[in-house]
Amino acid sequence: MSLDIIVCVKQVMDPETPPSGFKIDQETKQVVQTTGSSPVLNGFDENAVEAALRIKDITPATITIVSVGKDFVMDVVKKPLAMGADNLVLLSDTHFETLDSFATATVLAAGIRKLGEPDLILCGRQASDWDNAQVPLGLAEFLGLTCVTVAQKVDTDGTSLTIEQVSSDGYQEIMTTLPALVTVSNEIGVPRYPTLRGIMAAGRKEPVIYSAADLNIDPESLSPKVVVTDLYVPESNHEVEIISGEDDADAGRKLALRMREEGLI
Amino acid sequence: MTDILVVGDTTNGKLGSATAELIRAAGNLVGDVGVGLAGSRLQEAVREASSMGAQTIYTMESHKLDDPSVYTKVTAFSQLCQQLEPRVILVSKNSHGLDFGPRLAFSLGAGLAQDCIRIGEDDDTGRVVATRPVYGGSAMATVTFSGDGPQVVVLREKSYEPASQDSLESGNLVQVEVNLGSSGDQVKSVRQVGSVAKGVRLEDAEFVVAGGRGLGGAEPFATLEELANLLGGAVGASRAACDAGWVNHNYQVGLTGRTISPNVYLTVGISGASQHMAGCSGSRNIIAINKDREANIFKEARFGVVGDWNAILPSFLETVRELV
Ligand SMILES: Cc1cc2nc3c(=O)[nH]c(=O)nc-3n(C[C@H](O)[C@H](O)[C@H](O)COP(=O)(O)OP(=O)(O)OC[C@H]3O[C@@H](n4cnc5c(N)ncnc54)[C@H](O)[C@@H]3O)c2cc1C
Repeated sequence: MSLDIIVCVKQVMDPETPPSGFKIDQETKQVVQTTGSSPVLNGFDENAVEAALRIKDITPATITIVSVGKDFVMDVVKKPLAMGADNLVLLSDTHFETLDSFATATVLAAGIRKLGEPDLILCGRQASDWDNAQVPLGLAEFLGLTCVTVAQKVDTDGTSLTIEQVSSDGYQEIMTTLPALVTVSNEIGVPRYPTLRGIMAAGRKEPVIYSAADLNIDPESLSPKVVVTDLYVPESNHEVEIISGEDDADAGRKLALRMREEGLI
Repeated sequence: MTDILVVGDTTNGKLGSATAELIRAAGNLVGDVGVGLAGSRLQEAVREASSMGAQTIYTMESHKLDDPSVYTKVTAFSQLCQQLEPRVILVSKNSHGLDFGPRLAFSLGAGLAQDCIRIGEDDDTGRVVATRPVYGGSAMATVTFSGDGPQVVVLREKSYEPASQDSLESGNLVQVEVNLGSSGDQVKSVRQVGSVAKGVRLEDAEFVVAGGRGLGGAEPFATLEELANLLGGAVGASRAACDAGWVNHNYQVGLTGRTISPNVYLTVGISGASQHMAGCSGSRNIIAINKDREANIFKEARFGVVGDWNAILPSFLETVRELV
């Protein structure tokens, strides 16, 4: 018996992009990258892919990657295939361009239902663009699955699921049963790099693409519950007092004295 | 009638400060404010909420709701919301992080504005308008709701001052029955594994010194510990330092780590990425030691030293030792 694992991923702007590297399109209320660098796979989603692969390392499993959007960059969404995932399903439609979390979860739920009944769904804990941390919880609600968030370890014996959930003082060990949805955090560790063979194989693999019509989704049902009315880069006109000295050691001494003067130590 | 329902939290029978912040924030919206409380010993919290100006306090009394799991708490509040049909539901990020709000919203089929720092109301539509950091804090978004469903808003902790207890205690008390059924039973908590935090909790410390990638290894954190001990404070870290394994992940300050607001936040070898600042921008005095004058941390700091911490930190520590 092989486990059916789905990992949901999102293509996002590289979060390392400095403020000079993006601008805000007031028309669409979206952040657009201005420098040449390409989008990336959301970091926490790579962690989710890694969690799936670690299960597959020891248990027979099929890993299917699912993403919702428009304008996919193939190298980005194929990265999980290069890392070792098996299939790629893109839910792509002009109506899927600016969805709120509710609508995104609706589309993902429809896509996953079409694929069958997975044993386990893994998602990143949140996407680094809108930091919403909502879609996985919506997806779980729509599919009637138990959802455990912010995992640093996910183990399964094919029936039950043992999860280490990150907490502020450490972690909580949690048990539940399959099917379930788990969101994964960076504490799981660095995701494996694609191998050369993986990259070649990924290049040859064609994604399965489903449109709104394929999923029987009425675009009307995707109208947002939450709308963005303004988007801007916050201004900071803060002045720092730079403390200098004859050399670094002297500057360190002076910093302590200055802080003392201000009653800070 | 309750227009705005505050999802309340209690610790040891007392109202959490996050709830007091929500009650203050609710003052920016038009309508009657109700506070929902769940647990078994709620008298003190009821009195506090009332003296903070809540018009109605709804209690859901059950031992199962003492220190509830997120699943049980969502079940209780979802039923309360279905009974009351409030226009707005306010949730603090402090309770169960970004987890509770979406669970409640999706259970109600409602829209949700996540992790907001300011809320108000649009005069024309009467709908909530909220400000929230996005792209890890690199950008700010103003969001509002459409449609007529309930509006769930999650507020980042410490965005508002807690409401003070200066109202006449004239709130109505309403006891509400909720049916918790088997909610939460599908998830079993086996054990809590904590790394024993020495000294002061990060969130409670008035002095925090944090290290980043620039420290280059685990050893320099010993110096930070020494400094923290000397000043009765705590040690934090950037995600880069945690991911490198130099310190445990529960040292992480930031968007996906801990949120702190000490009097003094001293950073060493931290660049000040927006995701890091999201967890410490409430600090009253940010001090930065970094060799790169262009690093973002200097845009947020009050005092800074531009240079190599290898030389700066020992003399700083030495001087502090003489001073305290
Ligand atoms: C969705 C998301 C969530 C995130 N959440 C968090 C979070 O919660 N917390 C967090 O911290 N990060 C978070 N990050 C990561 C964040 O974007 C940064 O990558 C991270 O904060 C960088 O850590 P750093 O400042 O230690 O490292 P760097 O950015 O590499 O900075 C190191 C600094 O050290 C200085 N330095 C180097 N050597 C020396 C020296 N000898 N003396 C003095 N200075 C020196 C350098 O000038 C540099 O400024 C998140 C990222 C994403 C995408």
